[in-house]
Amino acid sequence: MRAAWWLLLLSCAVLVSDCGDDGGSSGNRTRLVVSAASSMTQALETCAARFGDAENADVKLSFAGSDELAAQIRQGARVDVYAAANTTLPDELYGDDLLEKPVEFATNELVLAVPQSSGVRSVDDVARAGTKVVIGSESVPIGAYTREVLAKLPPGEETAILANVRSNEPDVKGIVGKLAQGAADAGFVYVTDVSASGGELDSIELPQDLEPRVTYGAGVVMRAEQPDLAKKFIDGLTHGACANALRRAGFGPPP
Amino acid sequence: MTPAGLTRAAWFPTLLVLCLAVALTFLTLPVVAIFVDSSPGQLIDSLGDPGALDALWLSLRTTATSLGIILLVGTPAAYLLATRSFRGKALVVTLIELPLVLPPAAAGIALLAAVGPSGILGGAIEAAGIELSLATAGVVVALTFVASPFYVRQAMAAFTAVDRSLLDASRTLGMSEAIGFLRVMIPVALPGLAAGAALALGRALGEFGATLMFAGSFRGITQTVPLAIYDRLSTDFDSALALSAVLVAVSAAILLSVKLVRGEALGLAPR
Repeated sequence: MRAAWWLLLLSCAVLVSDCGDDGGSSGNRTRLVVSAASSMTQALETCAARFGDAENADVKLSFAGSDELAAQIRQGARVDVYAAANTTLPDELYGDDLLEKPVEFATNELVLAVPQSSGVRSVDDVARAGTKVVIGSESVPIGAYTREVLAKLPPGEETAILANVRSNEPDVKGIVGKLAQGAADAGFVYVTDVSASGGELDSIELPQDLEPRVTYGAGVVMRAEQPDLAKKFIDGLTHGACANALRRAGFGPPP
Repeated sequence: MTPAGLTRAAWFPTLLVLCLAVALTFLTLPVVAIFVDSSPGQLIDSLGDPGALDALWLSLRTTATSLGIILLVGTPAAYLLATRSFRGKALVVTLIELPLVLPPAAAGIALLAAVGPSGILGGAIEAAGIELSLATAGVVVALTFVASPFYVRQAMAAFTAVDRSLLDASRTLGMSEAIGFLRVMIPVALPGLAAGAALALGRALGEFGATLMFAGSFRGITQTVPLAIYDRLSTDFDSALALSAVLVAVSAAILLSVKLVRGEALGLAPR
């Protein structure tokens, strides 16, 4: 009986301390919530922690498909910085007064990624009947870019590749995972995903005329609790530690 | 009793009622919100789009297939566990129950590692010409993996509860054990088996993580209703709500049927 009371007391204490943490500070550190596209997972983790140490802040990174993160902001999620894998989604949020004017901070390149066992060596191979292809779903930037690339192909080839698609993944992690497991023969991802996969995948460059313009945009969320710090974080994405981390991970400088 | 004495006596029941009120609000509000956020007309409109219908049809097919497999294999297995005792039985039961508490993401990774293309059995499965990952069969595998313990557990309990003298009587009447199993045990345990089947069905219908990781997401092939809801989150919130409403309604119906089969009234009159 006494043990039960202690347990009750303990769970109350945990509950209270959890809620306290939610209020914005643990210790004296302010909390900055950054919602960033999945493709930046490796690049941002270390530099964001360093940024936090320098500013005496806890930087909470939330990685998912840019479209899902935008949907969360629309539903009122408490986010300070939104960094997307395109400029369309930030522009839409800006148009709806949910984001301050976004800036372009990086570029990326689309490639054909294949597991080392795959026989696929070119875009033409992807169109061959029986090739298993995974791409991003239409709503996530990687999926939209992929469809942009496919639309530039001769109509017959585009149809053939779309007919080979076996999964529309919600973000780049899903595509890379399926390829690394050998569940598919080819997929379209960013060049930075292939280098982040640690040698599991080979990348095949797309012909120059197919390459889409992949520009990343970021902005301060209107309802941000730390707008000044958010602004500082975004400045760091264009020129600073996080910008350098992005370059090292293979992202290009903003246009 | 003095007023002070009364308050001292009443604080515990008050606390109980308060906790129940908090729990009830917390658990019902999100479900109610699904229906409040959209009008019935909107719901029906969103369900009319071909993508939503494809997802509903696929969910129906895959859950039915997986339930069939679970019943066919799970019933005899549960019967064996309920009627025999052997060394290591507790371990076997624990292993069978493990997927109950496995996080769906871990289930997805586990399935990839076991029967994925580069998993332990991947080569053998490919050699047999069976395609699981990124195929409808893979969805059935994922659903069966996560849902079968719900059935086997319940079926074991149902068989254990059957009066052993019934089975012994059937043996003295000259029935073989197989006939006794089919003609005596299953009919007597039927309410319990049905409740287990309904629980497994509910779990299979809601499966998300393992399906996405193992089978992928493609309309009409592997995109079940939960995956279709996730896919629509950013583009078509109304349609995501509509599909969720269908799942809530079906789940509520399943829960209700389990209660009715078990002979529990809804308890609107105090018992």
